[in-house]
Amino acid sequence: MLKSFRLILFSLLMLSGVTAFAAKSGITIGMQLEPPNLDPTGGAAAAIDEVVYANIFEGLTRFASDGSIQPALAKGWSVENEGKKYVFQLQENVQFHDGTAFTADDVKFSIERAQAEESTNAQKGLFENIAGVEVLDDSTVVVNLTNPDGNLPFNLAWGDAIIVAVESIENAKTAPVGTGPFVFNNWVQGDRINLKRNENYWGEPAKLESVTFKFISEPTAAFAAMMAGDVDAFPVYPAPENLPQLEADPRFSVVLGSTEGETILSINNKSEKLSDRKVRKAIAHAIDRSALIEGAMFGYGTPIGTHFAPHHPAYVDLTANSNYDPELSKSLLKEAGVGNLELSLKLPPPAYARRGGEIIASQLRSVGIETKIENLEWAQWLEQVFKGKDFDLTIVSHTEPMDIGIYVKPDYYFQYENAELQGVMETLKSESDDEKRTELLQQAQNIIANDYVNGFLFQLAKTGVANSKIQGLWENAPTQANDLTAVFWAE
Amino acid sequence: MTKPSNTTGFKKLLPGLILVALFFLAAVLSYLWTPYEVDSIDIKNRMALPNMQHWFGTDHFGRDIFSMLMVGARTSIAVAFIAVGIGVIVGVPLGLCAAAWQGRWLDELIMRSNDLIFAFPALLIAIMITAVFGPGAVNAIIAIGIFNIPVFARLTRSGAMALWAREYILAARVAGKNTVQISVEHILPNILNLLIVQATIQFSLGILAEAALSYVGLGAQPPVPSWGRMLADSQTLISIAPHLALFPGLVIVLTVLGLNLLGDGLRDWMDPQLRRQRS
Repeated sequence: MLKSFRLILFSLLMLSGVTAFAAKSGITIGMQLEPPNLDPTGGAAAAIDEVVYANIFEGLTRFASDGSIQPALAKGWSVENEGKKYVFQLQENVQFHDGTAFTADDVKFSIERAQAEESTNAQKGLFENIAGVEVLDDSTVVVNLTNPDGNLPFNLAWGDAIIVAVESIENAKTAPVGTGPFVFNNWVQGDRINLKRNENYWGEPAKLESVTFKFISEPTAAFAAMMAGDVDAFPVYPAPENLPQLEADPRFSVVLGSTEGETILSINNKSEKLSDRKVRKAIAHAIDRSALIEGAMFGYGTPIGTHFAPHHPAYVDLTANSNYDPELSKSLLKEAGVGNLELSLKLPPPAYARRGGEIIASQLRSVGIETKIENLEWAQWLEQVFKGKDFDLTIVSHTEPMDIGIYVKPDYYFQYENAELQGVMETLKSESDDEKRTELLQQAQNIIANDYVNGFLFQLAKTGVANSKIQGLWENAPTQANDLTAVFWAE
Repeated sequence: MTKPSNTTGFKKLLPGLILVALFFLAAVLSYLWTPYEVDSIDIKNRMALPNMQHWFGTDHFGRDIFSMLMVGARTSIAVAFIAVGIGVIVGVPLGLCAAAWQGRWLDELIMRSNDLIFAFPALLIAIMITAVFGPGAVNAIIAIGIFNIPVFARLTRSGAMALWAREYILAARVAGKNTVQISVEHILPNILNLLIVQATIQFSLGILAEAALSYVGLGAQPPVPSWGRMLADSQTLISIAPHLALFPGLVIVLTVLGLNLLGDGLRDWMDPQLRRQRS
């Protein structure tokens, strides 16, 4: 009896030992939001790119973790005709996951599909300047531009510009087929998406055998999942208040990086009370950014004074332009002649908005602006605020890279219109000289800051938490992505 | 036999009464005075532990938790009180009608509609209403109120039906009183004790429901303090500042406990009297 018991105990020990020592070949990544579908060329949701970008789908070029543009499906390119013609040499012997070959025709198809009238591409502006795509041979493609543009490789690196195949695009929303190092395996709606390694990958194959994206919307549940080891990494960890605790735990490493997320107090510029620049200026001066960052984000975030990422070389620090000055706010409100201002403040679910909203409401109240807070779910927010434009104030983080272009779209949800800015951005489009581009970008930053279009709050920090044995995760988030190509478990 | 049950009733009644009185007192007092303003945010002073200045500490925005609980009591009472009120005002007459015309089509209509409402879990109805009409204290009241209607209608009907068979009702009928008069003058006063006990219990359920709705973000909207939302807000902070969740949680437990003790005590206290009256 005792002998058999010992035997059982011994074999159990052996079993547990085996599982503990075998190198882990899979990874579970936690994400707060589940993507609505998996076609990055047909929707704006950041969660789509966070699953598929660089893992399933690739473009001609791609972002690296530091924000630089690297060749991907294009081996290299040359610029001709004074910046109006790009010749891309493509990688050879590349196959889509369904076995069909990747050729220049796929590039032509993908770009023309994104440009098409009926295309639902969320970033159609990226392709606006493309006059036509010519196929020279299977591995050479020419992109002709209307105006010279030094930014084409950057534009083509976006998740919205990935290359798809005509044979498999129909089911891309539920069964994406790309050329990337991982193959789509299955999707359990409401829970997880699983990818497997692409054994026929054209480049250096991924080190992980499988990847699971697990969707955990509740910050508390995210913390529990992290502590229990149910997820191995949370690239954008949703509860900053837990970070010191996770950092102190030797099992985890916390990496702080930059994101492209400009968090702003969006102002409905067409709203009757807020079309007055003085009122908007008063709102801007009523906000104490340091208290906001401390209170809502527990100190994680960089103050911004305009809609531009602070780590970008062309960034100008304009925070002084809207410094915390409640007295100035009060006198501006008096000047504008608005008494008893009551504004709606509609808040989407993330902590930066819900907590930030309460802090801003209190700061606005102390200068005499009353707000009516309404907490919305994302679907309601998209419907009422983003599409319906039925709001006075809202808080949201704009996570797309280089998105200052939204200020020249008068029908964008905050409805700003300024001819001078439109002129600057128009010149920028055809300018390929780097120095002049920087100058124009700074001019644009100044215009929106001086017009107090929105309340510019802070740049979201990328607060990544991962098992400390995981190597190769992106430190920064130059685009919405979880590139797992180079990730592995260190022993 | 009556004496011991009377004292046990009192044993429950007294602590219940004290707890409920404290809770009402805090709510009333909050209109006149709170230690701090509940909407003054002071980030530097956040998550302070209980101390002499802040008796229950401060929350993640540096607001005084004690003051927030006082004002939160107001929200809870208002929502639960009006919701129970809706249940009584609509449910009791419906129950009286159903009992008076027992077995007829009106009875069937009333009771089957009640069953329909009863078939849905209360919180589900509340979530549906607030999802359609938007979150807020008023919609929470309506949602909880609607759920209270069948509770009172059923109780009134069963209580009244037992009385309709009594001889003094027959006597009243012989004396020429019509159905409505009998219902109001003879039935209602005799089931009042049942209703009071039930109202106390429903009141505590109302407070729980309000806390649950606020917890999921469908109750009173910020910056109006609410117990449920205080709990929800402190959820992710529980490992660094447990007192943020402890005090609102404790207050909800004590209030509901107090109301339940009060309800139980009232029942025990009224029951023997009723027996004496009948005999």
